[in-house]
Amino acid sequence: MSRIRIIFERLRAQGGKALIPFITAGDPSPALTVPLMHTLVDAGADIIELGVPFSDPMADGPTIQRASERALANGIGLRQVFGQVAHFREKNRDTPIVLMGYANPIESMGMDAFVDAAAKSGVDGVLVVDYPPEESEKFTATMKAGAIDPIFLLAPTSTPERIARVAAQASGYVYYVSLKGVTGATALDIGAVAARIPEIRAATGVPVGVGFGIRDAATAGEVSKTADAVVVGSRIIEEIELSAPDEVLSRVRALVAGLREGIDAVAGKAR
Amino acid sequence: MNIPYNLPDASGHFGPYGGVFVAETLITALDELKRAYAEARRDPAFQAELEYELEHYVGRPSPVYHARRWSDALGGAQIYLKREDLNHTGAHKINNCVGQAMLARRMGKPRIIAETGAGQHGVAAATVAARYGMECVVYMGSEDIRRQAANVYRMKLLGASVVSVESGSRTLKDALNEAMRDWVTNVSNTFYIIGTVAGPHPYPMMVRDFQSVIGRESILQMPKHCGRQPDAVIACVGGGSNAMGIFYPYIPFPDVRLIGVEAAGDGIETGRHAASLTAGRPGVLHGNRTYLLQNEDGQILETHSISAGLDYPGVGPEHAWLKDSGRAEYVCIDDAEALDAFHKLCRLEGIIPALESSHALAYAARLAPTLSRNKVLLVNLSGRGDKDMHTVAEKSGISF
Repeated sequence: MSRIRIIFERLRAQGGKALIPFITAGDPSPALTVPLMHTLVDAGADIIELGVPFSDPMADGPTIQRASERALANGIGLRQVFGQVAHFREKNRDTPIVLMGYANPIESMGMDAFVDAAAKSGVDGVLVVDYPPEESEKFTATMKAGAIDPIFLLAPTSTPERIARVAAQASGYVYYVSLKGVTGATALDIGAVAARIPEIRAATGVPVGVGFGIRDAATAGEVSKTADAVVVGSRIIEEIELSAPDEVLSRVRALVAGLREGIDAVAGKAR
Repeated sequence: MNIPYNLPDASGHFGPYGGVFVAETLITALDELKRAYAEARRDPAFQAELEYELEHYVGRPSPVYHARRWSDALGGAQIYLKREDLNHTGAHKINNCVGQAMLARRMGKPRIIAETGAGQHGVAAATVAARYGMECVVYMGSEDIRRQAANVYRMKLLGASVVSVESGSRTLKDALNEAMRDWVTNVSNTFYIIGTVAGPHPYPMMVRDFQSVIGRESILQMPKHCGRQPDAVIACVGGGSNAMGIFYPYIPFPDVRLIGVEAAGDGIETGRHAASLTAGRPGVLHGNRTYLLQNEDGQILETHSISAGLDYPGVGPEHAWLKDSGRAEYVCIDDAEALDAFHKLCRLEGIIPALESSHALAYAARLAPTLSRNKVLLVNLSGRGDKDMHTVAEKSGISF
């Protein structure tokens, strides 16, 4: 059974919901990435989304764009990201890692080499923002053969036909983009999100994570009432930006622990 | 003798190129656009209005002009110029903007957005927005804003807001990223007018179709000048819309060479250029698979060309297909050669060409002397050079 599936089955049994923080590999510095990943887990992360930096992050708002630019300036590419995942796996065998990024670095490395390296380093899922299902059937099949879950996006604009199309290829979980916009936007409508989740969960048969625009513990808690997982990215990157180098880990730990509490408070359980 | 050609396929692919590589949020909008465009394409009323607008607002057909003095000076093939520089707003970009703005109106979208490099597409988009009473926001890299101050002012005069893009290399590719971000946020009331034959399907096909009026007119005009079609059609290629516009109708004519001219900037060997087909390799950017200038990690490289309109690290996917299939040839011309052709055309023909078009002219100047006098070259003079006064003067050590 995949690590992602184990997590969601355990949470379902416990009545809990998953917290999925996002950081960009190599931001703020390559040396901090693995310590940050361990800190996220200590603070209550169930799954980590690790951003692969790209020069042209079309779906990201200014915050994650800046993280991507810093990581690229630090010389981080896919090969280094795999090294960081392998390093993280030396101490952690349980927490799933989902790489999130754009198609071109993968195309450049080659699909087979990418999946091979991902599997060997201990990656569990891959979300490619600009690979919709119709352009990635072969990639999806290659990933599944390598026991890696292809994670797909769904959006407020997705029609029932689109949801069915994603359902046919998705495994692990699906990522519901909670608003029309880029990452880090602020116009999240919890009611509108909640209205869509049951339909998506029923159609896809996999857990539904919700992200884009979740900035505090209260919102995380509200979203977790209907979603199976809550994804928080830009808010964490902002915390990293606001921190002096020696306080990055402690401040991120406090922020993520707060999000964890927000989610667990709704579930009515102490972790 | 005509060879059938029916690309892209239903899902927007030209062989392995093209496609729809975008985030899920945009898929429904692209499906809606695809349907709306397919209907408009079949609607005689839409086509009749488009024709009317092109004739009376744009000033079409644009003439074909025999550059006799320049041809004589070169001493070989006869060079003809397709005068897109004489269009309203001074470049071919308006052909596409009229079509897409009419489509936006038909789809009930009151707000249009556009990206621009040299500013020609931004000006054309601002122009049609004024013409049809729409709100217009143009994204432009801050580096390009600096290089093209006059066009920025033109856009503002026309009522558009110009948003300076500070991310990445602060040029056309970053403006495109930012326009995509706007579109994904305002998708319900906004129509994105992409200015070139790139982006996700149906844009490469749709922009090509709107621009192909250039080639269709040429096919009617050339026999009147020289009794036949040209031996070669030459056009500059950044994203590649003026080239697709003149190439596409000529694809079924096997005796007509199609030559696309990329920007070699300071020279291919310096790495400071914008020649994606010559020096790039396939990848995915801005919604389609095509040739890209990228490093070994798949990060997109910064490009350089004296002409802002060619300063783009990708190229339309149909050009990638035409290159691989061998139907078109792609060559490149550096900044210095383009400038030389620019000055020659000014002095010998009394025409000030855009620096983009000067790349196509420069290749014609290289090719013509190798051919006999009865050979015919048709160059797409895609825009006029008024916008480039500042850049050219700077190169000559003159500041205004």
